[in-house]
Amino acid sequence: MSADGVKARPGSVRAYRLAVTARVLLAGVGGYLIAALASALLALMLPGGRAEAVSAALIASFAIMAAAVIWVFAAGTVGRAALGLGLAAALLIAALWLVGAFQAGGVA
Amino acid sequence: MSRPKSVRQSMAWLHTWSGLVVGWLLFAIFVTGTASYYRTAISHWMRPELSDTVSDPVAAASRAGTFLQKTMPAAAGWSIRLPTAENPTVEVYWWPNFGGPFHHALLDPATGERSTVRDTRGGDFLYRFHFELNMPPIWGRWIVSACAMVLLIALLSGIVIHRRIFADFFTFRRDRSAQRGWLDAHNVMGVLALPFHLMIVYTGLVTLSSMLMPWAVKTGYRGDIQRYYAEAGLMIAGRPVAGRPGTGLPLGEIVSRAIATTGEMPELVTVANPADAAATVTAYFEEPPGLAHLHPQIAYDAATGAELGRVGEAGAATRTGAVMVGLHEAHFAAAPLRFLFFLCGLMGAATVATGLVLWTVARAPKNVAPEGFGLRLVRILNLGTIAGLPAGLAAYFLANRLLPVALDVRAEWEVGAFFAVWVLAALASALYPRTRAWSFALAVPASAFLAIPVIDAITIGESRFIGFDVAMALLGLLLLLAARLASRRAWARRPIQEHLHMTAEA
Repeated sequence: MSADGVKARPGSVRAYRLAVTARVLLAGVGGYLIAALASALLALMLPGGRAEAVSAALIASFAIMAAAVIWVFAAGTVGRAALGLGLAAALLIAALWLVGAFQAGGVA
Repeated sequence: MSRPKSVRQSMAWLHTWSGLVVGWLLFAIFVTGTASYYRTAISHWMRPELSDTVSDPVAAASRAGTFLQKTMPAAAGWSIRLPTAENPTVEVYWWPNFGGPFHHALLDPATGERSTVRDTRGGDFLYRFHFELNMPPIWGRWIVSACAMVLLIALLSGIVIHRRIFADFFTFRRDRSAQRGWLDAHNVMGVLALPFHLMIVYTGLVTLSSMLMPWAVKTGYRGDIQRYYAEAGLMIAGRPVAGRPGTGLPLGEIVSRAIATTGEMPELVTVANPADAAATVTAYFEEPPGLAHLHPQIAYDAATGAELGRVGEAGAATRTGAVMVGLHEAHFAAAPLRFLFFLCGLMGAATVATGLVLWTVARAPKNVAPEGFGLRLVRILNLGTIAGLPAGLAAYFLANRLLPVALDVRAEWEVGAFFAVWVLAALASALYPRTRAWSFALAVPASAFLAIPVIDAITIGESRFIGFDVAMALLGLLLLLAARLASRRAWARRPIQEHLHMTAEA
C-alpha cells in the first residue's frame, strides 16, 4: 500500500523493505519479550495469592503482547518503536530484579 | 524513507499485510474449528456401526482396566472415557511416560476388547487439526498460536481503521464495483461477528497459555506447573511413586464409589502409575452448569479405594481463565446457541476468505495487463485454500463411506483422502484460466458435498443420519450458489470493466 509512493527509486524501496523487516522482527521478538517479562512480573506482584496472580498473568499476557505489537507498527520510525520497547523491557527487568526474580533458582 | 503517515494509515497497512500472511492457515483453522462444534455428531456419523445403547459404565470401567493391564501394566498413566449415550464406546489412552507417545484405542464396552467398528479418527481429526494442523503437536500449536496472535493484531488494527464501524454495518454496495462489493462483504461479516472473532481468538490463546507463556509459572512457581494447577484449583496434586509394586482394585469398584459419593457418573477416569503401590485413580465429572471449564475431580487410592482429595475451589482470576476456555469450547451451549456459534465461526471463515479475495481484487491488473508473480501466487493460494479445503473435507466424509471397512490403517487412508483431494483440487483450479477458475474451483466441493447424502443413502441408509446428510446437502448448495455467482461475475466482467474504471477514479 504505502509502497506505491516509493516505487520510483530502487534505493528507497530497499530501505522501505528493510524497515518493514525490522518492524516485523521487532514486533514478533520484542512483543513476545515484553509479554513474557510482564507476565513473569505480574505473577509475583498481583494480589490474591500466588495461583491467582499466575492465572491473571497468563490471561493478561496476550493483551500485553498485542499492545506491544500495535505500538511497533504505530510508532513513527523503527528507531522510536525500538526505543519504546527497549525502555519498557528495561523497566520490567529492573522491576523483576527488585522483586527478587533473579535470585538463585529464580526466572533465570 | 517512506513510512505510513498516520496511525490509521499504518494500521491499514498492518491489517492488510498481517491478514494476508496468515490468511490461508486462518481459513483452515476457522473451518475445521467451526466443524468441531459438531465433533461428536461427526464422529457418530463416521462410526455408523455404533448403536445408541448405553452400557453399564461400572462394568465398562473394569473391563477397560483389564484391557490396559494387559496392554501396558507399567504405564505412567491410563485414561478411560466412560460410555454415554452420546459416546457409546469406551475411549482409552495409555502412555509410557509424560512425554508420550500417547496410545489410543476404542473399546467395546460389552467385551472390553478393541471395538470392531470401522477405523476412523472421526470428528477428532478436524478438532485436532484446528490447533495442531496434523503436525507434531508442539509445532502445530506454536504455528496456530502465532496465527492467532496475528489475527488478534489484524482484528485490532481492523477496528482502528474503521471510523464508521456502525455505518459499515448497514453498507453493502454490491453493485458499485467488484472491489467495493468484496470490501463491504468483508466488513459486514467481520463487524457482525466481531465480538465472536475477538472472543474466539483471545480465548484460543488462553487455552494454550501455559505452553505459550510459561514465564508466569517460572517466576511464581519456579516452573512447577503441577503445583500451580493444584493450588489454582484446576487439578488435584499428584503423589510421589512408592517404588513398590501394587495391585489396584477393579476400576469399576472406584467408579461405583465415585457415583455413590457424588450421585453423578464420572466422565473420565485416569490412573497415575498403575503398577505402583501409590497408584492414584482420579475421577473427572462433567462441568456443573455455567460457562466455566472446571471439572470437579476426586482422587482415590487405587489399591484401597480410599478418597485422597478433591480439587480445590478456583479463585476469580483462575475462574475467568476457565470461563474463557469454556467460551472457546462452547460445551455449555445447547443446540440453538451452538448453532449460533457455528454460524459465527462460518462468518469468521468468510471474513478471512473475503479479505483474501479483496487483496487480489484490489490489485487486479486493469484490462488485459498480465498478473504479476505475487498477485498470481496469492490468487492461486486463495483458490487452493478457500475452495480446496472444502473439497478435502467432503472427501474425508466420502472416504469414510467408500473405503472398505476392513482396510488396514483405514483411519490414515481417510486423512490421506482429505489431504490428497485438497491438493488435487488446489492444483486443478490453479491450472484453470483466471476468469473461470473460481466457478470451477467452487463447483468441485459443491458436487462433492452434494454427493455425501447420496453415497450415505446407498452405503448405510439409516434414518438417524438424516440431519447430518441434510446439513451436507445444504453446504453443497451454498457452495453451488457461490460457484454460480462466480461464473456470473466472470461472464459480466468485460462490459463492467469501463464502468469499474470510472468508479475507481471517483
